[in-house]
Amino acid sequence: MKNIDSVRHVRGESIFIDDIKIPQNTLFAYVFYSSIANGKILEIDFSEALKSKGVKGIFSAKDIPGENQIGGIISDENLFAENEVHFIGHPIAIIVAEKYLQAKEASKKIHIVYEKQKPILDPREAAKNDSFIIPPRVFQLGNTDETWQNCDYIFEGKVDSGGQEHIYLETQGAVVIPFEDDLLKVYSATQNPTAVQRTIARILALPMNKVEVNVQRLGGGFGGKEDQATAWACMTALAAYKLKTPVKLILNRQDDIRITGKRHPYSSDYKIGLNKEGKILAYEVTFYQNAGAAADLSPAILDRTLFHCTNSYFIPNVKATGLSCKTNLVPFTAFRGFGGPQGMFVIESAIHHAANEMNIPVTEIQKKNLLNENDEFSYGQKTKNCFTIKSYKLSEEKFDLKKLQEEVDEFNIKNFLVKKGLAVMPITFGISFTTTFLNQASALIHIYTDGSINVSTAAVEMGQGVNAKMKRIAAKILSVDESRINVDSTNTSRVVNTSPTAASKGTDLNGFAVIDACNILLERLKKVAAEELGEDDWRNITFKNEKVFDENEPTTLTFVDVIKKAYFNRISLTAQAFHSTPNIYFDTKTNKGNPFSYHVYGTAIIQVTLDCLRGTYETDFVKVVHDFGESFHRQIDIGQVEGAIVQGIGWMSSEELIWNEDGKLLTDALSTYKVPDIHAIPKEINIEPLPYDKEKLLNDEFKDQIGPLNSKAIGEPPFMYGIGFYFALLNAIKSFNPKLKLKYNSPLTPEKVLMMLYENNF
Amino acid sequence: MTEFILNQKKIVTDILPTTVLLDFIRREQKLTGTKEGCREGDCGACTVLIGELINNKIHYKTVNSCLVPIGSVHRKHIITIEGLTENGSLTPIQNALVDEGGTQCGFCTPGFVVSMTSYFINNKNYDVQKAINTIGGNVCRCTGYHGIIRSLNRTAELLNSADGKSHLEKLISANIIPEYFKKIPKQLKEIKSAKFKIEKPKYLIGGGTDLYVQKWEDIVNSKSLIIVDKKISNEIIKKENEIIIGASVTIEDFITNKTIKKYFPQIEEQLELFGSLPIRNKATIAGNIVNASPIGDLTNILLTLNSKVHLEGKKKRIIPLENFYLGYKLLNKKKNEIVTKITFEIPPKNFQFNFEKVSKRTYLDIASVNSSIGILVKDNIIQDVRISAGGVAPIPLYLKSTSEFLTNKELTSQNVKEATQIAFSEISPISDARGSAEYKKLLLRQLIYAHFILLFPDKINAEELL
Repeated sequence: MKNIDSVRHVRGESIFIDDIKIPQNTLFAYVFYSSIANGKILEIDFSEALKSKGVKGIFSAKDIPGENQIGGIISDENLFAENEVHFIGHPIAIIVAEKYLQAKEASKKIHIVYEKQKPILDPREAAKNDSFIIPPRVFQLGNTDETWQNCDYIFEGKVDSGGQEHIYLETQGAVVIPFEDDLLKVYSATQNPTAVQRTIARILALPMNKVEVNVQRLGGGFGGKEDQATAWACMTALAAYKLKTPVKLILNRQDDIRITGKRHPYSSDYKIGLNKEGKILAYEVTFYQNAGAAADLSPAILDRTLFHCTNSYFIPNVKATGLSCKTNLVPFTAFRGFGGPQGMFVIESAIHHAANEMNIPVTEIQKKNLLNENDEFSYGQKTKNCFTIKSYKLSEEKFDLKKLQEEVDEFNIKNFLVKKGLAVMPITFGISFTTTFLNQASALIHIYTDGSINVSTAAVEMGQGVNAKMKRIAAKILSVDESRINVDSTNTSRVVNTSPTAASKGTDLNGFAVIDACNILLERLKKVAAEELGEDDWRNITFKNEKVFDENEPTTLTFVDVIKKAYFNRISLTAQAFHSTPNIYFDTKTNKGNPFSYHVYGTAIIQVTLDCLRGTYETDFVKVVHDFGESFHRQIDIGQVEGAIVQGIGWMSSEELIWNEDGKLLTDALSTYKVPDIHAIPKEINIEPLPYDKEKLLNDEFKDQIGPLNSKAIGEPPFMYGIGFYFALLNAIKSFNPKLKLKYNSPLTPEKVLMMLYENNF
Repeated sequence: MTEFILNQKKIVTDILPTTVLLDFIRREQKLTGTKEGCREGDCGACTVLIGELINNKIHYKTVNSCLVPIGSVHRKHIITIEGLTENGSLTPIQNALVDEGGTQCGFCTPGFVVSMTSYFINNKNYDVQKAINTIGGNVCRCTGYHGIIRSLNRTAELLNSADGKSHLEKLISANIIPEYFKKIPKQLKEIKSAKFKIEKPKYLIGGGTDLYVQKWEDIVNSKSLIIVDKKISNEIIKKENEIIIGASVTIEDFITNKTIKKYFPQIEEQLELFGSLPIRNKATIAGNIVNASPIGDLTNILLTLNSKVHLEGKKKRIIPLENFYLGYKLLNKKKNEIVTKITFEIPPKNFQFNFEKVSKRTYLDIASVNSSIGILVKDNIIQDVRISAGGVAPIPLYLKSTSEFLTNKELTSQNVKEATQIAFSEISPISDARGSAEYKKLLLRQLIYAHFILLFPDKINAEELL
């Protein structure tokens, strides 16, 4: 069984927003946005644009009947700029015309005069100016101040990591169709249908029950459509509401890159203290998060950076400070890993730095400090069922790390112009929304009288295969064939008050809700069957492969027979269930708690080959031992690991966002922003599942620390294996240029590589 | 009127010939399987197959439908994803993508299916690396491509065991393409050649791979002349001591041409770094020259070959390519003049050639710096040499002083080292999205070194240079 959309996908029959058959009278919209990064709007005049051919309306802040506000966590982001603009791409108005090109053409006729102010682009500069989204966040364990004196070695340094543009292949967009009595039907490519619904209601001063949001699927999300799909749906809804006509808005690629959020760039300072043996005694780190011009999800993302600032290591004394710095760039947003990768990159850099100074292998420091059972994180949670050491050791043994390293060393001695580099990247990634209340989901299941089943949940399908997983879970619990089951679109009228499909948590939350709903139905069906079979105790009834068993003996009843009987017996064939993750909490005052239901573990070994003449490189292999739990959908899970690794390597290598001093993004097209293509991938990706102790899994102590059917979340964790690429490549560079002063500044583009190779020789 | 066959359907339309094929397919024909991902030929989501009759035989190739004017598909066969699945069942390629996890979100998938199909149409023997190159213009953000490569391998295995007298029969019996493909050549022959006469066209469109990226919104509503049907030569001819390249020869035709391959055997592999296959299938030689991009790959090569540009306006003119560029995007060309052909002399025996290009991403990317060399060495003395450099000046640059310095010099590491110093005096790189000025300078040095290290491994010692 595959991703259930896959047959439609390969035939080109899957419907994305731009493919929806729209009513004939649909109008097309174009977003007019600020061309300066910081300043005031002195004059704005739409009159010429309104006269432009085909134009039916232009709507800006003053046309909003409700609140001009789309901020989710903090109400600090207007839908349309009012008097000030805060970044290039800040939306000012939406133009609606009979044709898309007419709307775009009209946008050129808008008369606008700005008063320019100097933009702040650098998070450290923002911090100097006290320009913050929220007050500083500090996570602390032990006491670093008192520990430095016990350290044999102390190293300090700076780490920069670049942002990352999502490049979901389907750009952002929405179609809104008005119906009677102010009802709006919204087709949005969003990971967060409820946020779209709530925010449209807020903008239009409508109750939420007047807005129905439907999401069939996304052409990729990666976090980029968690918070940032909302604005486009709101604008489209505003126009449709005002004009009483269907309106469609699709961002073109260049606008999408320019005006939507990306992964946060970070600049960080670290101080790491170790003893002679390589045991890390103390670690201090300050993260300057470049949040952009509004909060978006930045505070939550910053928290996850802090949660993961020690990655897979136990460090007894930690002080981690997070500063969410407000700048004049597009508001940065969620992207696979949600701040975790930025945190992990710094600790791995600090360890790399220390190992090079101490002249010992990086792996030696890594291994001396790996998390053990019951070790405490800086946020107070203790590891349980911890596989950090197990996965590290297994990857060493399975892939013969020692031999790999020897081969690299030998190769580098023999070759002058080509060098190889190797690195090991362990990961420990916490699963749950760290904003505890978001850890809820519900499922609605209907069984029709012909035995066909419809499953609705809050989960949004974006290629990650969540629908296939929901289908499999329902089929397993009901013990029916998967072909009976349809997983319906995500719709705010069917499943309400949903959390976004994010945080790798879609399958866990919604899967448990499906299990509960199926069990409710199953109990009803068993009672019907028991009555039919004259069995006194319905608990003796079981369903297996569409057949009914009584005390494990086959009966003549089938699943469909029981459905029919239930209907005639006036038994409900619909069930709704609600799931909330148990035993998680986090106190944002003390920054202590138990925010994660469990962690996902794994270790990757990455090898690169470097052309020292040209500064170009390729990845030879990524070999991984990964903690899937019990994978109940192997093809999907493998695909998630492979895709995440390549995306992670992209973040560390060719994906570079460059802004000029005016805050204008120079890499605003696929011709300048380079995601990995088919030639850029690791030649080999070898994925070994971490073997599981089944008995332990079923143990009561751990039963809340695993996903549905004993699986583990898969979306984000493998992304961070890609971080190892940076260190593998850095090691190769160092092998050519031993005098190199090590720098930790991703992405490691061919430019940076060449400059490092010839740092002392040009 | 533009007439062509779209999948199985005969299309006769009076829509503006400048209309983008992608828009015609999606908006007019409501075939939404072909996706819009970037409108600049950089993602491949809009890939379609174009079949063209050449000497009465049909040849299929992939193009980015976002960059194709509908006027250029007259008398051609266009196949979209819908045209591959008309008989209802999945093709082996589609089956493989489903089974091997080659599709996740699905948005790029139709483009991949079309590109993969084109590989199997055009290649009788399977070579995974070639197959990967064929689909190199398709970007997937979800899978990491490994599932897609597994799908290629799986399809190849299946096709291997398929029956059929001809390759076409084999493709049909394996269900890679539907049966109706057989009837297409006859149907195309029935369509008369097109005649587009446009008075004072605003644009002259050859391949359109850059024009449609930069100015499509203007072009679609403009009077433009689309070059079709040999109006301007698309042939490569060897005549006496000269190679003559018609202005509308495509990059792919150039690099796979027998004559070119004979004298420049390495060029096919080296120019796989030029765009992607769908781009190379459309982009023309003259386009690359007239575009005047300082980092044009082909221009860079043609400079080292001392090529001449043939212009036709009221009069005919021939000027050396190195004198064709006056400044950034400024040409020694009158408004009414068009490039009709490019010529260069057949290189002498023992002539050696190399092309180097480094970009942020190795494939389907624009160079940070590129450089070519044409060199003749006899008895360790450089008899003749021409070196070019792209990305380091406002124009595609012939490194005149550098080349002159090296001429008649002994082939030594020291001389090569000194030559790079002279090269530095000829260039004026700027910092932009493709790298800092400092980087481009260093990179040019490295690429010049690379030429000599690669061509003369016995004479030039890398460790001495570096």
